[in-house]
Amino acid sequence: MTVQDEMLAPASEQELSEVIAEAHARRTPIGIFGGGTRIEGRSPEWLTLSTARLSGVVTYEPGEMTLIVRPGTSVSEIEEMLARENQSLAFEPADLRGVLGGNGTPTIGGVVAANDSGPRRLRVGACRDHLLGVRFVDGQGRILKNGGRVMKNVTGLDLGKVMCGSFGTLGVLTEVVMKTLPAARATETLALPGLSVAQAVEVFSVALATPYDIAGAAWRDGTAYLRIEGLDRQVPYRSEKLRAMFRNREIDQIDAEGTRALWRSLRELDHFAGTAAPLWRLMVRPTDAGAITGRLAALGGAFSLDWGGGLIWYCGPGSGTQLRAALPSGHATLIRRGGAEGPAFTPPPPVVARLSDQLRRTFDPARILNPGLMDA
Amino acid sequence: MSTIAMPAPDQAILNRKEEVVAALRAALPAELVISDPAETHAYECDALTAYRCPPLAVVLPRTTAEVAAAMTVCHAHGIPVVPRGAGTSLAGGALPTADSVIISTLRLRGYLEIDTDNRFIRVQTGVTNLSVSGELDPHGFFYAPDPSSQLACTIAGNIAMNSGGAHCLKYGVTTNNLMGATVVLTTGEVIELGGTEMGPEGLDLLGLICGSEGQLGIVTEAVLRILPKPEGARPVLIGYDSAEVAGECVAKIIRSGVIPVAIEYMDDVVVRAVEDFVHAGYPTCTAVLIVEVEGSPDEIDHQIALIREIADTLNPVEFREARNGDEAMAIWKGRKSAFGAMGRINDYMCLDGTVPVSQLPYTLRRIGELSKEHGLEVGNVFHAGDGNMHPLILFNANTPGDLERAEAFGADILRLCVEVGGCLTGEHGVGVEKRDLMTVQYTDDDLSIQMAVKDVFDPDWLLNPAKVFPLQSSAAHRSAEAR
Repeated sequence: MTVQDEMLAPASEQELSEVIAEAHARRTPIGIFGGGTRIEGRSPEWLTLSTARLSGVVTYEPGEMTLIVRPGTSVSEIEEMLARENQSLAFEPADLRGVLGGNGTPTIGGVVAANDSGPRRLRVGACRDHLLGVRFVDGQGRILKNGGRVMKNVTGLDLGKVMCGSFGTLGVLTEVVMKTLPAARATETLALPGLSVAQAVEVFSVALATPYDIAGAAWRDGTAYLRIEGLDRQVPYRSEKLRAMFRNREIDQIDAEGTRALWRSLRELDHFAGTAAPLWRLMVRPTDAGAITGRLAALGGAFSLDWGGGLIWYCGPGSGTQLRAALPSGHATLIRRGGAEGPAFTPPPPVVARLSDQLRRTFDPARILNPGLMDA
Repeated sequence: MSTIAMPAPDQAILNRKEEVVAALRAALPAELVISDPAETHAYECDALTAYRCPPLAVVLPRTTAEVAAAMTVCHAHGIPVVPRGAGTSLAGGALPTADSVIISTLRLRGYLEIDTDNRFIRVQTGVTNLSVSGELDPHGFFYAPDPSSQLACTIAGNIAMNSGGAHCLKYGVTTNNLMGATVVLTTGEVIELGGTEMGPEGLDLLGLICGSEGQLGIVTEAVLRILPKPEGARPVLIGYDSAEVAGECVAKIIRSGVIPVAIEYMDDVVVRAVEDFVHAGYPTCTAVLIVEVEGSPDEIDHQIALIREIADTLNPVEFREARNGDEAMAIWKGRKSAFGAMGRINDYMCLDGTVPVSQLPYTLRRIGELSKEHGLEVGNVFHAGDGNMHPLILFNANTPGDLERAEAFGADILRLCVEVGGCLTGEHGVGVEKRDLMTVQYTDDDLSIQMAVKDVFDPDWLLNPAKVFPLQSSAAHRSAEAR
């Protein structure tokens, strides 16, 4: 029997509330599935719950830059709908199917639960910065809401922020309100080959100190990439200015079509497709990236950079302990276990751990929602 | 007589004033603790001046350790703590109670680190919002959130209230520009949340702290995201004879793909007031929009041309483009003096409910009707791109009953904002002002989980008492817990 066959798939917020209330009463652990692109960390003993039937767009108002959508809606469906209005989810939800090995379809609920953000996070902020409001069912089956559908809202505590990136351990989303932004009318990439990590970060730091709204700064296989976006006349102007700044270096220009393909490939980590080793996401100070990748190279494996050097992807045999020791500041998160031992998330200091644990008990007193997923 | 109730102070605490002050002076350099009513006078209220109350004492720490020491003493003695930045809150966010100790961030004035390569600044949180951009200016960077009180307001207050400003259409609000924080908990424990990296890990406690109005802890140091200064900026002024058409123009600009840094709206009441005051030369029409774009001169021309194309399809009364710095200043002059201009007419109460942009015309029409019902004049000046209204209700504080009428009118406007899909407050915070309206926006369960989150950080409810949560709701919540 496959996982799918045993899955509960409530079709409404009310049904979901009843399922969770009962599981709460019986203290039955629940594994929450969006599109099924991340399947690690769930025990086969758990009840499995799918958000597939909690799907569909509630409202989309391009003139207000707001989208209200149910969690089971696929990201590609949303992106197509937004593209028809020349808008997008500007934080570029990461699509890591190629490396996570799941055969599902990414859903917006999964993206919010993981606070997944792609290369443009550098300029526009993460998924959590584009989440305006949530409806969810907590671990007792209560139907709750927080935030709203407007872009500025400071009414009460901002629970959307803690829901985003909580991997379903606080509640099951039933509706998310996302801020949408105009898609760039024009785009281009400058590719600077033959650069070490340290040299690439230098280029990034210079480029990101300009007012040219760099919308991506990544490095892989010795080439640094700068993505330029804007209105039709902004892009050639910005490109020219940047090329003049780096005129002593070799620079290739990649056109709009090539740019779209390149950044999709960077965002999906094509370069790690087909690998099986543990995959880690390291959040660091960009100027530390050179020294850190030197240590990673000594451990073996491969790495690439995004977010101007602030994000290092590492695929290799280095252990969590070794990686965390290699970081002067920041943290290491295990994205694909690949046989690695130890915690996926960097263990927080004791007081923060205590507060986080108490928060989880507040939202989910019986600890039934994806239990232990964030301390696995 | 005002209508917002504050709980009666704890007489037992008032009786122990000398003991508490002595304990604070023992834990901190004595000159950092003031308790003489003549000296604490300035701390009796914030910018919501209709409400005031002398605190038990005021502590003015200079370091995180001193804040922690003060918190530890208050915690040990069971004394409520009111965190305070510059006291510019329009919502009574820093209103003391007679049995509370104010912990002020004003002397936390250090600029700790500027790192343009990694694009952050680390500061103590008593520095003012505008001074942060001032520090960054020689480096070619700035700090984006720009609340209108930015000359006076502190980063601590900005974080507590998740402040916005005129430019957040493009740059977001405080929470989008805050990378890390040092937080002193009610127990005096100190935690670091986030940091100089681009993503926190684990539950996003930083996101929870930001905008929590001093309910969860006191932020003493902050890591702020910094941005390179734009090459230039230029406003245009567009006048329309109808609020609906002006609203349509805003929506069309947003849909076009141009993201202005600001879209400001002024109605005829405000336009008349600023004309009488500063003679900005605004057209006399129902709605004046100021739209500002950024970039190189050529980029600005291009964006303004796109905006003009849109505006012209809707037959504006006037489309005025600033051709130089002086003309740009002239366009902004009226908007920037709008509050002062309204203040010349009478006392005013400023609200900041936010509505979906498509609901702006309807909301404005309803506010006009409510104005007649309540018999008080209202002017509207607001951030239109994000629907963040700022109705200014005119009243006379010296006329008995006028404040109460203004508050009743204000409450009706905020209910209207929620009814059309918006919220009570877009950037000022709930404070005491909107506390009892929280039940309009949230169900008992919605409020209950927020209060349970407060329990986690502040189990004894010592921090910033009688703010954010309706007194009845919090009393019920706490007595249910005690059972």
